[in-house]
Amino acid sequence: MAKNEIPLWEVFIRPRNGLSHKHCGSVHAADEVMALNAARDVYTRRGEGVSIWVVPSAAIVASDPEHKDENFEPALSKVYRHPTFYKIPDDVGHM
Amino acid sequence: MYSQGLIGAKTETTEDEAFLAAFQRRIDAEEKIEPNDPMPEGYRRTLIRQIGQHAHSEIVGMLPEGNWITRAPSLRRKAALLAKVQDEGGHGLYLYSAAETLGVSREQMTEELLAGKAKYSSIFNYPTLTWADIGAIGWLVDGAAIMNQIPLCRCSYGPYARAMIRVCKEESFHQRQGYEIMMTLANGTPEQKELAQDALNRWWWPSLMMFGPHDSDSQHGDQSMRWKIKRFTNDELRQQFVDSTVPQAEFIGLTLPDPELKWNEERGHYDFGPIDWDEFWRVVKGGGPMNKERLEARQKAWDEGAWVREAALAHAEKRKARREAAKMAAE
Amino acid sequence: MSVAREHLVTLLLRLADDHLILGHRLSEWCGHAPMLEEDLAMPNIALDLIGQARALFQYAGEVEGRGRSEDDLAYLRRERKYLNCLMVERPNGDFAHTMLRQFYFAAFMHAFWEKAAASSDETVAGIAAKAVKEVAYHIRHCGEWVIRLGDGTEESAARMQAAVEALAPYVDELFETDAVSEAVAQEGVAPSPASLRGAFEATVSRVFAEAMLEMPAAAWPQTGGRQGRHGEAMGYLLADLQHMQRTYPGAVW
Repeated sequence: MAKNEIPLWEVFIRPRNGLSHKHCGSVHAADEVMALNAARDVYTRRGEGVSIWVVPSAAIVASDPEHKDENFEPALSKVYRHPTFYKIPDDVGHM
Repeated sequence: MYSQGLIGAKTETTEDEAFLAAFQRRIDAEEKIEPNDPMPEGYRRTLIRQIGQHAHSEIVGMLPEGNWITRAPSLRRKAALLAKVQDEGGHGLYLYSAAETLGVSREQMTEELLAGKAKYSSIFNYPTLTWADIGAIGWLVDGAAIMNQIPLCRCSYGPYARAMIRVCKEESFHQRQGYEIMMTLANGTPEQKELAQDALNRWWWPSLMMFGPHDSDSQHGDQSMRWKIKRFTNDELRQQFVDSTVPQAEFIGLTLPDPELKWNEERGHYDFGPIDWDEFWRVVKGGGPMNKERLEARQKAWDEGAWVREAALAHAEKRKARREAAKMAAE
Repeated sequence: MSVAREHLVTLLLRLADDHLILGHRLSEWCGHAPMLEEDLAMPNIALDLIGQARALFQYAGEVEGRGRSEDDLAYLRRERKYLNCLMVERPNGDFAHTMLRQFYFAAFMHAFWEKAAASSDETVAGIAAKAVKEVAYHIRHCGEWVIRLGDGTEESAARMQAAVEALAPYVDELFETDAVSEAVAQEGVAPSPASLRGAFEATVSRVFAEAMLEMPAAAWPQTGGRQGRHGEAMGYLLADLQHMQRTYPGAVW
């Protein structure tokens, strides 16, 4: 980040209790208190939430898209992890 | 929320053909492109340019409407207008954030705007002279913008598409707000009806220009369509806008200022008269009635806000230092 | 109209005018804020103020019983009939001045609404219950800025201290009492402004301590707003506010 640029924060909102916080956008703020205020003022104007998280964007560690195949493709062939893999007669009823 | 047909982006790229073909296959398969994905430099540049222009349009767009907040004629109208102009600011914020995922900062984009290097929708270089202009902007300018923006919700670049979904959701009240103002004026006293007709006369043609140059004169449309940054051409969207606006004007008894406007049974669309492209380019290049004032207002807010932003950063440094000192003392 | 009702109308108009005029001033910032996030924050506060003003005007019109609507009251009185305190009509000045003025007003109103939530008048209590939450956020938002500007750079500290001095003459008027304020306090409709000083000062001194600001030097207190005697800036504000209603009398918008 260049000097004099106000840091970026990622904003997560819990729409209502019982649901998890969901990423909804970002704001610029010099510190965490102002980031929370900004998130409230920007992202909850239409009653979108009951709780806010803000995280410095720089603190997020992301997987490398180059690793996409080795990370995620191996899971696709493990069909036996899914219930539909197992054949149970309909007569048994819901299982 | 205001996007305009893209002006002046360079879309040529230098990557090798295998890379470009692989990228195109992802696009053709309707895969979304996300921030860290490999992408052609031209795709990135086009997006930064387009999202930046779009964001600047929102921010500059706050000025003409903001001009009437303190003079809104009723408390109900005042609250609605203030909320709407605030929304435009929010939409600018979402869009800057989307552009920031491509490796450009809001500060850089702002400096490009202020240096006159980045464009914004030229419609905001027209003045808001009467209260009816607030109605006309909501109805026509937001109406035109919605035509542009709904397809952008399916744009191939994930962060832009997500920002547009949020924007379109919030925006649904803007056009209704404007049309309701126009309807009230059109049904009001003769003086009020005159205000409405005058505003419509002044804003109609600039609204049609918002969709950008004709497809035949647009240099970058093809590549943007192939990359699915754009989904419809300028002329398709403009036609769609005319077709939906004509009956709305008729409904409230106002006349669109185009003697050539008439229904074409064969095409199933309205025909309309020629757009004055000389005026369009003059305004884009800086010769509109308000170009200078708009940029001056943005420059002034930026300059006068500098000490506030510096103070916020300085205080943040102090907080951090104090927190660390307290931690050290505790250890 | 009974004397008690007249007093209630005066109380409601004083409150409504405070909110209308301060909302007007704050909305002048829209599109010109020091950073984009603040261009969203300030309209949020202004919208709260306008909403509170509307509720107060509507009730004032109802109690008055002369058929005046919220807009009649907001737009169609002469300057001497506006009863807002002088602080809210002061021109915005710089961002430090605007934030401090908003912080002062919020600190006062929070104390006011907290008490008014237990008003003997149900409508006042209802307005207060909603407003007290809104204004608690105003204190936080503006207070955080007062702290950052007061304890930021040399320039921001100087600007913040200048704002403290500039607004000092207008603080006392918030706590002013007269026959009207005492009568409504007596009936349990609204707290006496004088009784709110302690709460106000507690809020202010907490923030000032963190902001490294000094409480203002004794100033010549200015007064007159509650009797409709305003500053020179007020006429221009009303010219803007009333422009449409005065130009097109009787039109519906």
